[in-house]
Amino acid sequence: MEKFTSLTSVAAPLPLVNIDTDMIIPKQFLKTVKRTGLKAGLFYELRTDEQGNPKDFVLDEPAYKDAKILVTGDNFGCGSSREHAPWALLDQGIRCVIAPSFADIFYNNCFKNGILPIALPQEQVDMLMDDARRGSNAVVSVDLENQEIKGPDGGTITFEVDAHRKHCLLNGLDDIGLTFEKAEHIDQFEAKRKATQPWL
Amino acid sequence: MSNPRTLFDKIWDNHVVHRQDDGTCLLYIDRHLVHEVTSPQAFEGLRMTGRKVRRPENTLAVPDHNVPTSGRAQGIADEESRIQVETLSRNCEEFGVQLFGMNDIRQGVVHIIGPEQGFTLPGMTIVCGDSHTATHGAFGSLAFGIGTSEVEHVLATQTLIQKPAKNMRITVEGDLLPGVTAKDMILHIIGVIGTAGGTGYVIEYAGEAMRKLSMEGRMTICNMSIEAGARAGLIAPDETTFEYIKGRPLAPKAGNWEQAVAYWKTLPSDAGAKYDKEIVVQAADIEPQVTWGTSPEDVVGISAFVPAPSDGRDANKKSAIERSLDYMGLKAGQRVQDIIIDKVFIGSCTNGRIEDLREVARIAKGRKVAESVYAMIVPGSGLVKLQAEEEGLDEIFIEAGFDWREPGCSMCLAMNADRLSPGERCASTSNRNFEGRQGRGGRTHLLSPAMAAAAAIAGHLADVRDYE
Ligand code: SF4
Repeated sequence: MEKFTSLTSVAAPLPLVNIDTDMIIPKQFLKTVKRTGLKAGLFYELRTDEQGNPKDFVLDEPAYKDAKILVTGDNFGCGSSREHAPWALLDQGIRCVIAPSFADIFYNNCFKNGILPIALPQEQVDMLMDDARRGSNAVVSVDLENQEIKGPDGGTITFEVDAHRKHCLLNGLDDIGLTFEKAEHIDQFEAKRKATQPWL
Repeated sequence: MSNPRTLFDKIWDNHVVHRQDDGTCLLYIDRHLVHEVTSPQAFEGLRMTGRKVRRPENTLAVPDHNVPTSGRAQGIADEESRIQVETLSRNCEEFGVQLFGMNDIRQGVVHIIGPEQGFTLPGMTIVCGDSHTATHGAFGSLAFGIGTSEVEHVLATQTLIQKPAKNMRITVEGDLLPGVTAKDMILHIIGVIGTAGGTGYVIEYAGEAMRKLSMEGRMTICNMSIEAGARAGLIAPDETTFEYIKGRPLAPKAGNWEQAVAYWKTLPSDAGAKYDKEIVVQAADIEPQVTWGTSPEDVVGISAFVPAPSDGRDANKKSAIERSLDYMGLKAGQRVQDIIIDKVFIGSCTNGRIEDLREVARIAKGRKVAESVYAMIVPGSGLVKLQAEEEGLDEIFIEAGFDWREPGCSMCLAMNADRLSPGERCASTSNRNFEGRQGRGGRTHLLSPAMAAAAAIAGHLADVRDYE
């Protein structure tokens, strides 16, 4: 997993609530057996018409095509557990999503892929949304170490992040590797379980 | 004496392998269900790192999302779907995981087959790379969906790194009115708390109306916990639960059975256990429900009217209502029962079990599907299909003009060939009415199996109570 320390980029505004995982990446793109190349499916139905021709979509506008930050509405990522959603965002180059709230599974999946999801109060998201609308004139900086967002006009917003997740993201750590270090505990747990719950 | 604990707390405490200072836990996972869509990259990860599946005997795989629901003998026509299903078979063989292949009678939607086999038991931790894993919580097991990275983590270590969720209890008091089912209860609850209402929580469902539900009904309730924002739903195990499990292929056998039941009886929440949030709903307030919009919280009673943007509680919700009405092709103030439908889908992990099919048959018997409607019934598993046929339900369906198909996810998410065309309107027993969920431009109304049957017959959304 790629580390996340800090980044500076224009932020793309996507002011919709309840953006679900079917909207982030529809099912026809879930048939892949790979993790890469999913950009083609990202926001497909918002991005193309029924014939597959491009429609006006924020991430295709010149000002936002290299955006690494997405600012969006409440309950982002609700719906399915498909990790294709963060994979597709990552493939597009998005490393940070800012919203008033996230669905649990999506939120969790982001951290496994080097994406930082930031939940902020609605007023602060509204402010950043206004900044984002200014396009290439307004860059936003996100600093994970200090848990700070700096807006284009110098204002600073602090955000919360779980300490364990922050540590893994800052260092690009692989969870499975960390868990293998605790193999002894797992062995002990299984031995106990076998003795007390033999039906399992 | 220790503090009174909730059902969730007890299951959690029983599965902590290791606790870090900041409260992050390594949690042991008893059962892992696997399907073809969210697992290929996880197996590939194991292969790349030379890791094995730690407990293949606690892992069960099935293809369901991509499988065709007719003409199976010809295999899968769509190449990508075929590759995904074949990849699952190959991975299972290579890593020694049991698979119910497409032509196995036990094949079906992953959340139907777990309980059906007795793979799902009270007090367990159960995961699957699928958000509707919440279904298994109906047995009093902590069951939740995970992403593919976590699927790989569980395959390799049989554990997950987690922090405890908060506890919410939703109590439904009193008795349900006639014609009102588990599906109506959960849709109503989602309408009350909203699709983000359960975010960060595990929901325990309680109260008289819940206790009286069959296991099928309880599964329908827990299944849609995710639509209420919660990763997991729970219902305390009781005699109904034990009765359902007894004798299933993977249930504890004689000798172990008594010991298992004795343990399961210790699981229900202690008197005085603390919940972070409590919601009380009166069963008598619930009438048959139907969704009108593109979020499961966009739900009303069947005798109601389509809302207007001005009914939204804030600017965001107002614009969301406007967008939904536009997408759904509906007018504010329109009578819900006047909404004409083109298709009916009966099935999915929410409502693809035998009891659901019996409900449909009860309404459909001696009646005909409206000329203008195509109605399909997709049983949740091969065994559900078999049982329905043994009970003669298939004859009732076919006689009434329903299409009786092979088991799978089918038009719940339209990943196989079963889908809506742009603008088509469907009454569906599935769980999501998101834009494009059942096919691009398709319009979904979620409702119960009995309500779906009534809609099929009427040709428009209809009140099942007029068909009893
Ligand atoms: S039936 Fe629908 S919700 Fe259930 S597992 Fe299949 S696709 Fe998911």
